[in-house]
Amino acid sequence: MGAVGDTDSRDSRQAEPGRLISLLSPVPPTILTLILLFYMSDISAGREISFGVTWVSDLGVSLQFFIDGLSFLFALLISGIGVFITIYAASYLRGHMQLRRFYLYLYLFMIGMLGLVLAGDLMTLFVFWEITTIASYLLIGFNNTSAIARRSALQALLVTTLGGLCLLAGFILLGSLTGSFDMVQVLASGETVRASSLYVPILILILIGSFAKSAQLPFHFWLPNAMAAPTPVSAYLHSATMVKAGIYLLARLHPVLAQTETWEWILTCTGAATAAVAALAALRQTDLKLALAYTTMIALGTLTMFLGSDASAAVAAAITFLIVHSFYKAALFMVVGIIDKQTGTRNMIKLGGLGRVMPITFFTALASALSMAGFPPFLGFIGKELKYEGALAVASEPALVSTAAVFANAVTVTVAGMVALKPFLGKYPHNLPKVHEASPGLWISPLILSFLGLTFGLAPDLVGGGLVEPALTAVLGIPESIDLRLWHGINIPLLMSILTFGLGVTMYLGLRHLRAWLAWDFKHAPTSADLLWDKSLELLRFFAAFQTRILQNGVMRRYLTVIFVTVSIFLSYALLRSGQFPLEYNWPRLNLKEWAALLLTVGGAFMAGTARKPLIAICALGALGVGVALIYLFFGAPDVAITQLLVETLYLVLVAAILPRLPVFSPGRKIRFRPRDALLGGMVGLLVTLSILAVLQTPFDSPTSDFFEQAAVPEAHGRNIVNVILVDFRALDTFGEIIVVFTAAVAAVTLLGHQLRRGPQ
Amino acid sequence: MNSLILQTATRVLVALILVFSVYMLLRGHNYPGGGFIAGLIAASAFALFAIAWGMEAAQRALRVPPGNLAMSGVLISALSGMLAAFKGEAPFSGQWFQLIGDKNSGGISISNVLIFDIGVYLAVLGAVLTLIFALEEAG
Repeated sequence: MGAVGDTDSRDSRQAEPGRLISLLSPVPPTILTLILLFYMSDISAGREISFGVTWVSDLGVSLQFFIDGLSFLFALLISGIGVFITIYAASYLRGHMQLRRFYLYLYLFMIGMLGLVLAGDLMTLFVFWEITTIASYLLIGFNNTSAIARRSALQALLVTTLGGLCLLAGFILLGSLTGSFDMVQVLASGETVRASSLYVPILILILIGSFAKSAQLPFHFWLPNAMAAPTPVSAYLHSATMVKAGIYLLARLHPVLAQTETWEWILTCTGAATAAVAALAALRQTDLKLALAYTTMIALGTLTMFLGSDASAAVAAAITFLIVHSFYKAALFMVVGIIDKQTGTRNMIKLGGLGRVMPITFFTALASALSMAGFPPFLGFIGKELKYEGALAVASEPALVSTAAVFANAVTVTVAGMVALKPFLGKYPHNLPKVHEASPGLWISPLILSFLGLTFGLAPDLVGGGLVEPALTAVLGIPESIDLRLWHGINIPLLMSILTFGLGVTMYLGLRHLRAWLAWDFKHAPTSADLLWDKSLELLRFFAAFQTRILQNGVMRRYLTVIFVTVSIFLSYALLRSGQFPLEYNWPRLNLKEWAALLLTVGGAFMAGTARKPLIAICALGALGVGVALIYLFFGAPDVAITQLLVETLYLVLVAAILPRLPVFSPGRKIRFRPRDALLGGMVGLLVTLSILAVLQTPFDSPTSDFFEQAAVPEAHGRNIVNVILVDFRALDTFGEIIVVFTAAVAAVTLLGHQLRRGPQ
Repeated sequence: MNSLILQTATRVLVALILVFSVYMLLRGHNYPGGGFIAGLIAASAFALFAIAWGMEAAQRALRVPPGNLAMSGVLISALSGMLAAFKGEAPFSGQWFQLIGDKNSGGISISNVLIFDIGVYLAVLGAVLTLIFALEEAG
């Protein structure tokens, strides 16, 4: 009985690993949020905070941080939403076996994201950018037993890393153009950059990076797949923060890259297209989480579209909408997580009537969805009005932008209905198990977030002056003021809003017919990019296998042939280019012992090449090695000579150890004469000899060896220059070499072990 | 190989070669020698032992797995290189400590360079023996 009790207590201890961590997990982001709020008045007064340390001074890279209105807004969102996400995750993932790992990844991501938005140096930004990529890979693939999660994680990793590489190239170009990676200096040199011929390459590279991160067309397909992540992760990364990294970059570099037609057209068209594609896809979803994911894509497209313009109304719309979106989207994701956790399904077809059993969740969902749909008096309404105002202010294509905005918002209204009405109203499906309200730990976060949406809607000055204005000033580069309020009177944006509601409600009511029509018309469209991705990966794999078969097929002779042929080609090219023919060479007078060493070397080489028995060939190689060692000794390199002799000895021991295993050494086996090998060997020998002679033509440049000769005794207290170089002057190189030696031994053991398991063939 | 002459000679020779390897290691700073060469010499001693007495006997004589030897060599070298950190100098820069007497008039001094060389010695010895033992096991 006692034994059973023991097992039980151990089990219960094991069942909740990381309970303490999960309870404490909201503390760091809370502290951070409070610190940031403490600085809020400073920032809104227009102060900029900058601090950092030099990192790689030779490359002009420093670990620099820089806080202005824009980075402050993002940092506050990341840490603030982070608080609610950690509270939610503590309940949502309670009892998960790998909770500690989860928090490690989540904090890694949070740090990466904060570093990204606070970076005051392009290279610092890039490093943190990549940290978020890796952390998001780990988080998406958190359920690592699921093949779908692993595939989605890898896809997100590859797509965003591809973008990251382009971004790095763009940053390097931008840095070399402005002469510094420092953000302040880069931001100040917008005119130089726009006038440069490198502007378009820089723009395209940076845009690829930020589009890949923010799931814009044509890099959009990873975002819906990333929903394989646990819901807290989706709520945090793929709605409120990480996908906003690309948007942040667009806003950050707005003063440098914007205000050109190229920028305007690329961003407007990409954003509009992304929003439209995502809107069509969102309507087709029955999975609530996926539907929300597509509305995130709609939001990202809209943000990109608005950042394309340099009209202050459009940028103000983007920034306000960004705040609005972070609140309601995080809350709604959490609501979907609650539904999923309580009922076991996220499929809206199977859900209904939950409002009576889960009243708090219903209320939360409703409040967030109203903000998402843009109903007054929520913050979402202000955001939407601003968007319409901004759309009309866009200089290039107000009609296109307005139409896209209305369509995107109408679909958002529909999806808001799908998430907040469909699961909670109507009849309770008989096949759904009896469910009850979720625990407070689950609903408290979304509830507070939706309340915030309402509070800020009623008192928009809370965010207007302190957050939106400083960010707007940072993006536009000139002080801007903005007046956020609920009621602007009857104007065009209001009429557009009414149109949006009408359209959205109609689509929600006719969702069944709409979906049937979409299913017929767009059977393949939304998945095609995903399929294309698979195809291109397959192609890459095929090509890798193909070139590996040619270059690395595991036959030693093939490797050597490839190496020697390459060496011959390059050496002959270099020799022909050097123009040192005819070579002058005066045969030196050799004494007897030098003749002997020469004879040993040349004779050994000749015998090794012509011997018909392997054993004789190996012995001849040994003789050759000894000859070479003698030459080293005669010409004043005793250390090298000793090493050579020892290596020859050990080489023989090693060969003796494997001798019986090699088929070529089976009794009676003779080496055939291979003309091709002879030709190749002869050619390499001739070319190397010629190039050594050519090198000898030029006078010996000796400052390095002079330095070592002079410095060995006074600085390193040693008279053996070779050894002093090895262990003192170039100790780091030697250290690298012993690591290589060690690695080679480990690799050989691994390969031999493999051979051993397979057995001799 | 089961040769009485070789086995008897090996008993003496291996001890001599190992002592010689330490000698080569220590003299390396001023005369031909050093950690790399000394490591190879020591490895050849064990190779000789293995030829005369068999691989298992050689492994027993070594007492520790050769991989551990190599790893600890790399570690010792790394640590000796980090000693410079105490003086705020670049990694792997030589640090000298005067034990007896005055630096200018000779005396005895010791440096992290020697420790580094000992690390090289162990790493080379361990790596080569790892190879030899592995090849023999595979065969």
